[in-house]
Amino acid sequence: MQIQASKPVAAEPVSGGFDIMAAVKDAGFAALVTLGLSFPILAFRTQEDISNHLIVVPRWSWPITAAILVFVGRFAAILFRSRPRATRAPTLPKAPSASATFLIRYASWFGVAALIAFPMVMVAALGAGGSLKWINNYGIQILIYVMLGWGLNIVVGLSGLLDLGYVAFYAVGAYSYALLSTTFGLSFWICLPLAGLLAAFWGIILGFPVLRLRGDYLAIVTLAFGEIIRLVLINWTDLTNGYAGISSIPRATFFGVPFTDDDDGFAHLFGMDYSPIQRTIFLFYLILALALLTNAVTLRLRRLPVGRAWEALREDEIACRSLGINTTNTKLTAFALGAMFGGFAGSFFAVRQGFVSPESFTFIESATILAIVVLGGMGSQIGVALAAVLMIGGTEILRELDFLKAVFGRDFDPVQYRMLIFGAGMVLMMILKPRGIISTRTPSIFYKEQKAISGSLVKEGHG
Amino acid sequence: MSSWQTDPLLVVEHLTMRFGGLVAVNNLSFSVGRTDITALIGPNGAGKTTVFNCVTGFYKPTEGRLALARQGIAAAPDVEHLTGTGARHGKSNSGNIYLLERMPGHEIADKARVARTFQNIRLFTGMTVLENLLVAQHNALMKASGYTVLGVLGIGGYKAKEKAAVAKAISWLDKIGLLDRADDPAGDLPYGDQRRLEIARAMCTDPILLCLDEPAAGLNPRESLELNALLRSIRNDHNTAVLLIEHDMSVVMEISDHVVVLDYGTKIADGTPQEIRNDPRVIAAYLGVEDEEVEEVEAEIDMAEKAS
Amino acid sequence: MEVFLQQLINGLTLGSIYGLIAIGYTMVFGIIGMVNFAHGDVFMLSAFIALMLFVVLTQLLGMTSIPLAFVIVLIGAMVLTALWNWAIERVAYRPLRGSFRLAPLISAIGMSIFLSNFVQVVQGPRNKTIPPMFDKVIHLTTGGTYDVTLSLKQILIVLVTAVLLAGFWYLVQKTSLGRAQRACEQDRRMAALLGIDVDRTISLTFVIGAALAAVAGVLYMSYYGVVNFSDGFIPGVKAFTAAVLGGIGSLPGAVLGGLLIGLIEVFWSAYFSSDYKDVAAFSILALTLIFMPSGLLGRPEIEKV
Repeated sequence: MQIQASKPVAAEPVSGGFDIMAAVKDAGFAALVTLGLSFPILAFRTQEDISNHLIVVPRWSWPITAAILVFVGRFAAILFRSRPRATRAPTLPKAPSASATFLIRYASWFGVAALIAFPMVMVAALGAGGSLKWINNYGIQILIYVMLGWGLNIVVGLSGLLDLGYVAFYAVGAYSYALLSTTFGLSFWICLPLAGLLAAFWGIILGFPVLRLRGDYLAIVTLAFGEIIRLVLINWTDLTNGYAGISSIPRATFFGVPFTDDDDGFAHLFGMDYSPIQRTIFLFYLILALALLTNAVTLRLRRLPVGRAWEALREDEIACRSLGINTTNTKLTAFALGAMFGGFAGSFFAVRQGFVSPESFTFIESATILAIVVLGGMGSQIGVALAAVLMIGGTEILRELDFLKAVFGRDFDPVQYRMLIFGAGMVLMMILKPRGIISTRTPSIFYKEQKAISGSLVKEGHG
Repeated sequence: MSSWQTDPLLVVEHLTMRFGGLVAVNNLSFSVGRTDITALIGPNGAGKTTVFNCVTGFYKPTEGRLALARQGIAAAPDVEHLTGTGARHGKSNSGNIYLLERMPGHEIADKARVARTFQNIRLFTGMTVLENLLVAQHNALMKASGYTVLGVLGIGGYKAKEKAAVAKAISWLDKIGLLDRADDPAGDLPYGDQRRLEIARAMCTDPILLCLDEPAAGLNPRESLELNALLRSIRNDHNTAVLLIEHDMSVVMEISDHVVVLDYGTKIADGTPQEIRNDPRVIAAYLGVEDEEVEEVEAEIDMAEKAS
Repeated sequence: MEVFLQQLINGLTLGSIYGLIAIGYTMVFGIIGMVNFAHGDVFMLSAFIALMLFVVLTQLLGMTSIPLAFVIVLIGAMVLTALWNWAIERVAYRPLRGSFRLAPLISAIGMSIFLSNFVQVVQGPRNKTIPPMFDKVIHLTTGGTYDVTLSLKQILIVLVTAVLLAGFWYLVQKTSLGRAQRACEQDRRMAALLGIDVDRTISLTFVIGAALAAVAGVLYMSYYGVVNFSDGFIPGVKAFTAAVLGGIGSLPGAVLGGLLIGLIEVFWSAYFSSDYKDVAAFSILALTLIFMPSGLLGRPEIEKV
């Protein structure tokens, strides 16, 4: 943990000089604070003795290690910050040129092509067994969050309404599919639109009373609604089976053809050898299609009056009213559409897992999706996709760091640190890029020339 | 008889607005003529912006009636009848009547066609100049896009309607001299340009009454003259009545047909600029009671007259 | 009647804890307009620090006087938690001051995730239990179907809360720090122009908020005797509900809201169903914000056009 200098050290060495004493002092102070923070939480280990009493065991090496790490880190940070003054490029907000915008657009088509090829390439390279992890844990998992991020982007990024309970609609979609398919035996393709509609319906129901709230209040009420839905899912055991959740949800089929080793299964029908990877690949393409649908609809809506009204709402709600825009309806459409895409993603989640329980729909999920949208750069579709890759892929990859065991010893389990790093990463990324990865806005229409708009002019909404 | 009495567009009767114990506007009655530029003046804190906020639906008046007749002259019995029904607006033999005090802000802009600007400019700073003018045409375009449903599917004549909307926006940009900046973010424009853009944006809603809250504030003399020309053109070429709050006496005296003076929430004078200028109560209340100050302001008014 | 009296006592006890946490939310929101999401986890951290200090004192150092240990734990936890919150503000919020409004919120959520997982990683995911302290019980009514009891702990909680609140109230109302704080709440830039050290004032706000959360943490730890790394979220949200219910920005409101939330939760569990007690708290939060956004004692916000 690094402590920011109160009186910036970097302010002194205008000539490019580096005041080593000041840096040592600063880093020493940070290390001292770290020592203070480590007591007693790092300095002792709590455990139960044989009679089950709680005892503490000192481990002085931990706080000392932490203090040394902070000292080195802080010193390096000051060094880094003071050194390149002259060489550092000016940090004036630069709007990308027209050619850069074109490249970005070109890159997105390239990205889609790469995604379509992704499962095939993985199977060819790693075989059916080896590629499963990459297609499932990375491909599908990331795409779910890309879709959720794009859905929430309509609400937060475009309309400027802060929604901390988005996971509720994801849950509504997942439980809709789970209940409709297990109770009425409806197929996925019938349940999918139903789940979307139900989620949109709930979006309107929850949205209606709260949309006149402003600022953080809206965030808190949506958080409350998200939690209420989760608590109802836990406690309404007759319907939802409580904590145990709903299992044996019908698995995905290829438009009615099951992915089984039977004679009428997918493999036999198409004359292939059966492999479980076939279902996974199908799911991959399914979520890819759903995500791309979300993206296509959102991009289209941005160029329609409703999309412009969303963005205008984010910029200035009072001005919108003075222009005759019904702000309540406009907000509700944003809420409902965002919820609908969340519902689609939810029913995909249910069909992929074959099992849903309230555990999957905690506040952390909402926070993650919101963080993806904010880190992506509010309103930017590409930014959201990049942020999802970074945040979800980044935490998934911690599972792969087994080699660290060789460094830190056998007991070291990187997975344990996943959420710790995730949280710290959120803080760090906000400090480094408070306006997100893509901080410029692309106008929805242009007269002569399309120019990107600097993020400093774009407002973030107050709702 | 003055035009605002013979052909009133908006009739404000007994308007009162209280905030807790504070009476911001007290039993105010005045009319806005259909072909007039009406100025609402008064010292700071006289309640001018509150009147604006009541007219444009941002505040619900504590008491009073604001009847706007879109076509024709609203006959008193028709207004009374509509008031009795409890409806927000209605058709009558003497034209469509809108009771603004009953309508939410967006309906006033959409149905009664009253547009406004703000004292501290409220542009969509992160959107381009062109986008600002398209948002102003939201309701018409929304219909054209089949309330989004047809627009998403790409059915219907939305493309053509959008083109027409862009053309209208471009013609306004041409008029206010901002065509070159159509693709720049509105927040990047200099102050005077932002003021004009805000007026153009309000005009893109096709208003019948345009309310301007201190349109000349912060403008340099040249920009102020341009503004006068723009406001005259709005009245003459676009058949839009103008109601404005202004402190700049040169603007008020030069362009307005009708002046209403407020002090402490009450009307103290109402008439043509000539009448107002000579009204001793106005000089006492608005222009200050100190003799030197009166002379100072009178001199200013004379200069304004000579300029016109 | 006995049940009612008993629940009233329990509710006030719980409400005192919520009220103490709520002050941290209300002050931070008042001064920098940010919902400090990590505050619930700061509370959890303080309870952990208190628990460990207590065990260190009584077992490692062999202290036998429980009241003395309690006082040392209380002071120690307040100081250490204040230091934590000071560092958190410095690292996670100060660099974002004046930037994009959502950035500090996301940063706070990240900090909340970091803190709870930090405690989990360094101290393990299991519940940490200590033997009960101050478990003397006074029977207020006897002989009926149901004895109404008042435990020493409960008296302690209400007493400590009241004393600290009085001191804190003095600090904010009568000292120059309080004045600086209120000035920053009104207009931070103007306050800076008038020579108020805004950074220092904000830091102190976080420090005070953390110290009060630490008091709540110590009381929570001694009342329940169990602490877990995930204990921050729900009390945090409830305390925030309390702050909103009382009127965010209002200190007496935060305490009043805390007591109300405590009472509602306890009575709801006693008379309706304990399954839905959290639903009740969240519903109150939503209903308050929708129908009474300025809370019980808050100032109404007038929309400026």
